[in-house]
Amino acid sequence: MSDETGGWFADATPDEPERASAAIRQRSADAPGDWSTRAVDAGFAADETAYYDALHEATLAATRTAVREAERADDQQLMHAVRAMDDCERTANELAERLHEWAGSLFAGAGTGIDGARDVADRDPDGPAEERAVALAERVVELADEAADLRAHIERTAPEVAPNLATLAGPVLAARLIALAGGLESLAKKPAGTIQVLGAEDALFAHLRGRAPSPKHGVIYVHEYVRGTREEDRGSAARALAGKLAIAARGDHYRGEFNPAIERQLEERMATIRARGEADE
Amino acid sequence: MSDLPAGVERRRFDGEKRLATQGPPVYGEPTADGWRAWDARRSKLGAMLETGMDTGLAGGETVLYLGAASGTTVSHVADFAGPTYAIEFAARPARDLLDASAPRDRLFPLLKDARTPETYAHVVEPVDVVIQDVATRGQAAVANANARFLDEGGLLLAAIKARSEDVVADPSAVFERELDTLRETYEILETARLEPFHEDHLGVVARRRA
Ligand SMILES: C[S@@+](CC[C@H](N)C(=O)[O-])C[C@H]1O[C@@H](n2cnc3c(N)ncnc32)[C@H](O)[C@@H]1O
Repeated sequence: MSDETGGWFADATPDEPERASAAIRQRSADAPGDWSTRAVDAGFAADETAYYDALHEATLAATRTAVREAERADDQQLMHAVRAMDDCERTANELAERLHEWAGSLFAGAGTGIDGARDVADRDPDGPAEERAVALAERVVELADEAADLRAHIERTAPEVAPNLATLAGPVLAARLIALAGGLESLAKKPAGTIQVLGAEDALFAHLRGRAPSPKHGVIYVHEYVRGTREEDRGSAARALAGKLAIAARGDHYRGEFNPAIERQLEERMATIRARGEADE
Repeated sequence: MSDLPAGVERRRFDGEKRLATQGPPVYGEPTADGWRAWDARRSKLGAMLETGMDTGLAGGETVLYLGAASGTTVSHVADFAGPTYAIEFAARPARDLLDASAPRDRLFPLLKDARTPETYAHVVEPVDVVIQDVATRGQAAVANANARFLDEGGLLLAAIKARSEDVVADPSAVFERELDTLRETYEILETARLEPFHEDHLGVVARRRA
């Protein structure tokens, strides 16, 4: 059976829900047609009732798949955003350093970093060299502002993409972990020990070549639970955090629902680890 | 006041007369005797019916609904209409739209962009009525692009949100501009502001021109 007119059912039969669902998602037509009549004529459905029943099933399946794809695609957007944010921050800081050297030779008391660049950008240039330096300062400020906007965007979207991870790690660290793993799905498939050292790949390879101790943590170092724990216990803290992050990533990828129990369990575990330090004092 | 479409009635919920349709509940609305209240404050089409606009709906029509969101309004539409196609382009609300559609065997949810009708014209048949509530920039242009699903004389029921077009301009000026764009394809039959149910929204009843 075939229908040359381009309806969604053209190369499917009612017992092939996968194909019908793919056709609904991927095909197109310039103009609508009397699809129910044509589907019956083409032998796709016995009558109009059977046609609409098949359409109902196919649209539900197609939309369920499309929703899942769209949500998965969102982690791709999050990865782009966090990488762009890091690039903007890094570039702004590098340029601010260059600017600081330059501005120091032109203006008295030029400050350092982005704040220094803001000061320079506000100055009235006198002569062509100052004009260039002030213009560069303006670019630095714009880049820093863009990084801030990207951060706000990540803070808004990460909880949608990965509610558990964003709660446990904070939205930006959650986005960074997803980016380092290459997506939420691959993060969800990584063991806790790998998540613990994500972002410390150089140190890890040095260790594997026998030239360094094994790293205790990668980017999760910025998390308060790691950074705020005393040196001797930092390894345990990083391990405990990574374990719960792995559970969070799996929950976000496979179920997509928020589970407050993960955070409670981590809080309890951290209290135990930190109590050791207090007992020693 | 014009007649309600068959399948829509004013019924008493907690002592208050409200619009209602018959079907499984969707958004926590009050129910009684198999009827569920249709909240005009959460539905522009509900507000158009409440404010007495002549929607031309009789019940049993085939419908293309643009901007279905989580299915609040389109579920009521499917309760009294015939085959109903629901277009929504955001994944989050579409998830709830799936739940509203599952028990309604003539409600067909589609995750598609209403600005590109060719991505669903292979599924949607010509319909009697296009209902639109997309609340995004270029609302009249969306209605024009979807006129291909209507035969001559087919109905458009649209809610136009002033703020979606321009957050600062005077709403009346925005409405005039959108109506001008609509006139390229439609004859405007009736317009009314949807206050007090929805602020800065214009309800529009229009008919596809030849
Ligand atoms: C005001 S809400 C609709 C509420 C819904 N009509 C109801 O009463 O239950 C507007 C919806 O239109 C959707 N939307 C906006 N632009 C769209 C487009 N181009 N295609 C499809 N949906 C769109 C938005 O995602 C949003 O869910």
